[in-house]
Amino acid sequence: MNAPVNASNGGEGVQAENAIELISMNKWYGDFHVLRDINLEVKHGERIVVCGPSGSGKSTMIRCINRLEEHQKGKIIVDGIELTNDLKKIDEIRREVGMVFQHFNLFPHLTVKQNCTLAPIWVRKMPKSEADEIAMKYLERVKIPEQADKYPGQLSGGQQQRVAIARSLCMSPKIMLFDEPTSALDPEMIKEVLDVMVGLAHEGMTMLVVTHEMGFAKEVANRVIFMDEGQIVEANEPEEFFNNPQSDRTKLFLSQILI
Amino acid sequence: MSDHYIRKEDAPLLPPPSSVAGPVHWIRENLFSGWFNSIMTLLAIYVLVVTVPGLVEYLFINAVWDSVDGKACRPAAGGGPNPADWSGACWSFAKAKFGFFMYGFYPDALRWRVDLTGVIGAVGLVLLLIETIPHKRWTAVFMLFVYPVIAYILLSGGMFNLEYVETNRWGGILVTLVVAITGIVVSLPLGILLALGRRSKMPAMRFASVLFIEIWRGVPLITVLFMASVMLPLFLPEGVHFDKLLRCLIGVALFSTAYMAEVVRGGLQAIVRGQYEGAQALGLSYWKTMGLIILPQALKLVIPGIVNTFIGLFKDTTLVLIVGILDLLGTVQTGLTDAKWFSPNTATSAYIFTAAIFWAFCFAMSRYSIYMENKLHTGHKR
Repeated sequence: MNAPVNASNGGEGVQAENAIELISMNKWYGDFHVLRDINLEVKHGERIVVCGPSGSGKSTMIRCINRLEEHQKGKIIVDGIELTNDLKKIDEIRREVGMVFQHFNLFPHLTVKQNCTLAPIWVRKMPKSEADEIAMKYLERVKIPEQADKYPGQLSGGQQQRVAIARSLCMSPKIMLFDEPTSALDPEMIKEVLDVMVGLAHEGMTMLVVTHEMGFAKEVANRVIFMDEGQIVEANEPEEFFNNPQSDRTKLFLSQILI
Repeated sequence: MSDHYIRKEDAPLLPPPSSVAGPVHWIRENLFSGWFNSIMTLLAIYVLVVTVPGLVEYLFINAVWDSVDGKACRPAAGGGPNPADWSGACWSFAKAKFGFFMYGFYPDALRWRVDLTGVIGAVGLVLLLIETIPHKRWTAVFMLFVYPVIAYILLSGGMFNLEYVETNRWGGILVTLVVAITGIVVSLPLGILLALGRRSKMPAMRFASVLFIEIWRGVPLITVLFMASVMLPLFLPEGVHFDKLLRCLIGVALFSTAYMAEVVRGGLQAIVRGQYEGAQALGLSYWKTMGLIILPQALKLVIPGIVNTFIGLFKDTTLVLIVGILDLLGTVQTGLTDAKWFSPNTATSAYIFTAAIFWAFCFAMSRYSIYMENKLHTGHKR
């Protein structure tokens, strides 16, 4: 069953050329047209920052990529697999794509380590000892191995978000989606999370990040995408995007956030 | 303008002021902390003074512990040895009839089978409930799948050279426990499935669950039992026979399932969407999401409601009395018709005895649920 999947790569080797491809994707909430004709290609190893005013559809767009939201028209192709109603493909894509949420969504009834080993054990069928090892490796990487046996409720917001990142990494995803990962954090905790994300970016992880942290965008993004009213209004390299915005809406937005 | 409110040096870290301790302080804080509370305290003391001595006298001092019939429990006017205004609990009644209250008309010579069933069950329960004992999974499998078979064979007989004992000879605490435990063990898993069904995205599934829940929850248990014991046999073709106790068991179990489903649904609704999304984003399937993430949290939240339903069910088992099955209360009432034990105090003390037994079981469930809640508490909720 894998042959037709790989065939959609256009026959250019085993790996699909693009990590993510959105082709004239549309989505409605009832009558409301939230995403209008979105076209986006994300290459492997590319880091993209998505910004825009609230309600512009940026979260909805990245949530469509792992089917937390359903799109109604157009195509979403993740690592060569087209996202359809086929549950098998949805599962396949979710195994490849990690996601970090604004509100962490850690499982409060499990310890930090159990949060990290749950999916490897139950989804990847990994032996517990191996899953534990991997969990500790990533918890060290996000610099909180000493919290492994605590419950999420006992950690600070920044620590929880780092656990959430480690939890995703334990599934060795090819692509990481970040949905406003620092928006729910106290100011003094934002940096510890961004540091981890910058580290990931430098290691070549494919990242799609919805954020208002313009410093992060300037430091690691290959491209910054600006969305408004459900459309991609502007996309450019960070330097150009910040210094020389093209559209009026982008200019207005930047003037409002960069005070 | 001075900026006197800005500190130049750190304020010293001080120990908390030493609060006045000791019994006098405690009494003042807890009993007399205002005029209203003072009045309530005095009132409570008055009520205790009025009732407690009489109760102690009735329950213990005047109580008859050993006697062969009800004569010792009667005042002089009834032919008893006691003064005219005497009253005291007739515990010797409960003592003399204890076997009957435990087993009903279960044959004397075969009561070891009930005892053995009870002992296996109790040991299994202890192994399950005390968390430091290992091999929980195997114990649970044994208790859920093997034990019911053993219990059925032992209690009912009719195979392995065990004499057959009809269920209409069962009675007392035996019946109460059989009905209650079956109800509890069946209603929790079925209730969970129904609750999931009611929240399902599949309309047929949702409709079927709602239909089941609303029908069973909308009728009184007495009606269910009557239907099961009186009406159902009329609808069945001739020659087809279900045991009456079995029919009541099914009725009670399905009835409490409907209640359980709604309790569990309450818990499911309290779980935020982010938990589902977190699980989905990791690639967990529906059943894994439910079994590993959602249900453990939802059930923990509704432990008080679940135990509430269990306790209600436990006490509702007395209703099987009206279809002619003798549970604990039924055997007690039957015992009261024994003319030998007639006395003004027999019935009262017999009912107190019954109430005490029910209370002991229910209180045990309540305490265990509190223990579980504390054990499962994992820091601040998010």
